[in-house]
Amino acid sequence: MGRSLKIVGGEVYDPANGISGAVKEICVQDGKIVESCKGPAEVIDATNLVVMPGGVDIHTHIASSAVNAARGFRPEDHRHRPIAKKPGLRSGVGFTIPSTFATGYLYTKMGYTTVMEAANAPIGVRHTHEELIDTPILDKGLYILMGNNELILKYLKAGEMEKVKRYVAWLLRSLKGYGIKLVNPGGVEQWKYGKDVEGLDDRVYYWDVTPRQILKALSWANESLGLPHPIHLHANRLGIPNNYLTTLETMQALEGSRLHMAHIQFHSYGGENWAGFSSKAAEVAEYINAHPHITTDIGQVVFGDATTITADGPWQYRLYKLSKNKWYNQDVEVETGCGIVPYVYREKNYVNAIQWAIGLELFLLIRDPWRVSLSTDHPNGGVFVFYPWVIKLLMDKEFRGEMLKRVHKRVLSDTTLPKLDREYTLAEIAIITRAGPARTLGLTHKGHLGIGADADIAIYSKDSDREQMFEHPVYVLKDGETVLREGEIIASRTGKTLFVVPPEVGEMDPAFKTEFENFYTIEYENFPIDVEDIPNREAIPAGAAR
Amino acid sequence: MAEAGAVKELTKELRVVTGVTCPFCGVTCDDLEVHVVDGKIKEVKNACVLGKDTFMHHLEGWATPRIKGKPATVDECIDAAAEILAKAKYPLIYGLDSTELNAQRRAIELADLIGANIDHTSSVCHAPSLQAIQTVGISSCTVGEVKNRADLIIFWGCNPAEAHPRHPTRYSVTAKGLFTPKGKKDRMVINVDVRPTPTTRMADAFIQIKPNTDYEIFSALRALLKGHELEHTEVGGVAIDEWKTLLEKMKSSKFGILYWGMGLTMSRGKYLNVVALLTLTQELNRFTKFLAAPMRGHGNVVGMAQVLTWQTGYPFAVNMSRGYPRFNPGEYSVADLLAHGEVDAALIVAGDAIGNFPAKMAEHLQSIPVIAVDPKESETTKVATVVIPTAQAGVAAGGIAYRMDHIPLVMKKVVDSPYPSDREVLERIIAKVSAMKNGGKGGPAPAGRARD
Repeated sequence: MGRSLKIVGGEVYDPANGISGAVKEICVQDGKIVESCKGPAEVIDATNLVVMPGGVDIHTHIASSAVNAARGFRPEDHRHRPIAKKPGLRSGVGFTIPSTFATGYLYTKMGYTTVMEAANAPIGVRHTHEELIDTPILDKGLYILMGNNELILKYLKAGEMEKVKRYVAWLLRSLKGYGIKLVNPGGVEQWKYGKDVEGLDDRVYYWDVTPRQILKALSWANESLGLPHPIHLHANRLGIPNNYLTTLETMQALEGSRLHMAHIQFHSYGGENWAGFSSKAAEVAEYINAHPHITTDIGQVVFGDATTITADGPWQYRLYKLSKNKWYNQDVEVETGCGIVPYVYREKNYVNAIQWAIGLELFLLIRDPWRVSLSTDHPNGGVFVFYPWVIKLLMDKEFRGEMLKRVHKRVLSDTTLPKLDREYTLAEIAIITRAGPARTLGLTHKGHLGIGADADIAIYSKDSDREQMFEHPVYVLKDGETVLREGEIIASRTGKTLFVVPPEVGEMDPAFKTEFENFYTIEYENFPIDVEDIPNREAIPAGAAR
Repeated sequence: MAEAGAVKELTKELRVVTGVTCPFCGVTCDDLEVHVVDGKIKEVKNACVLGKDTFMHHLEGWATPRIKGKPATVDECIDAAAEILAKAKYPLIYGLDSTELNAQRRAIELADLIGANIDHTSSVCHAPSLQAIQTVGISSCTVGEVKNRADLIIFWGCNPAEAHPRHPTRYSVTAKGLFTPKGKKDRMVINVDVRPTPTTRMADAFIQIKPNTDYEIFSALRALLKGHELEHTEVGGVAIDEWKTLLEKMKSSKFGILYWGMGLTMSRGKYLNVVALLTLTQELNRFTKFLAAPMRGHGNVVGMAQVLTWQTGYPFAVNMSRGYPRFNPGEYSVADLLAHGEVDAALIVAGDAIGNFPAKMAEHLQSIPVIAVDPKESETTKVATVVIPTAQAGVAAGGIAYRMDHIPLVMKKVVDSPYPSDREVLERIIAKVSAMKNGGKGGPAPAGRARD
């Protein structure tokens, strides 16, 4: 028999079900939220506490070949935060690229229970699943990088759209992925000979296709497969002054279809060069406000240490030359690239300060919180453990004012941030950290506390210091089990790996095996991942084709 | 784990297993075909001589279970091993190259539980390469990029013809790929070493350098790359003009890669040689696409570095004695722990420590309780207090092995063994030690298993 419990007396914030601070009893049975408890139920007294669904992170880098390369080449990063073993808990390290066990514990300690690993080369997905197995407590899913896949480029060049769709479905099914990720479509392929694309209509070497074609094809494949999450896009020209034009053009190119723009902060820059670096948050927010099919996560910058890890090889090379920090590059056959550069965001550096302000401007200027998810693009803009600090910035104008006095003065003159009075409500925070990302992911049993939802629940004290409040939950429940009490993890457990089951759209051609083996260096039969290799898992069926 | 997914029953006796991954080296060929008759391997197709030997002779030299030289059951050996490890104050867990990911995972869990030092054979092999990457990073790629694109390949201080025999045919020298349809004809291969080796015969050009001059040479090449003229007429015993020619070839290639081996990591300069090499190859990216990669991998040593990194943050030489991971090569690396006589017990898994170590280190190992978990007899099993034979990973036990470029591949179990796998032995030791530690309350949570 599963556990049965009641949470009583708490102020419930469950925006998906229209509940905003009402005192309401929550009943849990066998890891799910139920109408009423059968039999004797254990009671959690949440009087004077705030009850929310467990947090959902739509975009983070916590486990992959790239993340592990970053861990391995940054011993200096780990020394700050060793994490000692405790009975039932493993040791680890945790700062900008925490070890796997530490990742599970640190997310749980903020009340987060579901996270999405945002960038995985197909041939490295087996590695990611192995890391996710060692990432406790949390439910996890992973996006598969497809925007520079040479087989897709080949089909596009030949105009074979059905093949693109079949191949996408085959990749997701073979690798147990959750969604389609694109990183600098076309640009990473160019990087394989040391180049990049300048815009949506540049032609990719040899394949003779454009980023625009790649975007449209994968968006079409995503929608026609009825996948729960829209394409998850790291657009072209990340991090470069004046990239907001490319960002707007990208959103226009896909007008009418669902689109998730990842870490949009890094794509909202103006200025002809670094000296003229400026904010174009208002322009980007205005476009998003007018186009309800677009969702986004912010990629907020947090001052201090970061590790930049992306599949965007050419961008990471630029950052290596700019920062003069050490540089890790790993191009992946057929599929994608990967670059890693350590980075420090400084309050007094005008580019960093403006980047910080742009993130907050976007949070405050995009009106519909359902279409904004909180992210730092961990660990690119900052470490996920600082989400509570970001929440405080959003909820507390006075605190923003204090920060504005500390950061480079160009933020005052060159951004709209000082003029923005909006303060997020608790209900809105519940949307951008749980209900919204769950809805954007199409995870119907996450991010809310309605009947049938997973009993992933975070209970916070009503601290007026919102950073303290969200940094120190009083209870965290995962699948109805109390995993954290009074700030301490009391029981570790294994989380699930969530993966999508795409509809049957036909087998790959008989010639595909040969094609695959000509391009790759491994056997076709050794590429797919046996579902049994993922011990704790949950299959999420794709919906109807759109 | 997948159990020989592609087994075809041809006759009652003959089984043909295809798509078999070879456990021998970091080339990790996954196209082997193994013929099994009545549970015995009769033939191995597609493998190199080293891989073929691994399968054909896996029954030879099997270890037997024993305690202090006397025959014992596996159960008794596991009890004895747990007792030694639970009592030890500063134990060492070492080896771990010739096994699969789940066994490696358990070895780290055990180290966490008992507060051990944990290190693996990288420590005496490519650890300086890892340190160099930690210092400056690396511009690198997977082997398929080389197959598809490389028009210049430099083998420096490595000898793939003998150490990684199928690397040249599958990935580098003669491999035919997308932009290299003519294989060898589409590429230039250059070999740099202190003496000619069988690899030299594959190369279009050979540059013979004086031993221990690699650092100077890379530094000179970097200076030349930046447009400086050098006063020297020769570096490393080779005329400057010849280095200029090499540099021009590097700059004018479309996609160049430099593979290095232990000729750099284990000669004078060690990790600094590799730092110089990596910096040069990174800087070449101002002119063209240029990459570098270590020729890694006895067995699955890359997998061990991977899982150790994701669980502890560090790729080798990890100490858990304070209850959290610390990393300090020179202090927690196997050579230093043994040479200083610091550890009071050792668990050696799937690797021959004594057979490969200098006398001073081997001497200390012989003075403390040693547990050897290994399919085969070795110099280590000869002196070990407890010997636990296991099913050989990649032959008689399945699992995951990593290729030299960090790509994981599934190894199949092609035959049965009377002995348990490394993973099972380690799990049973963990269970026993957990029961002894914390007044029976147990240690850290096991990873990767359902709670119920």
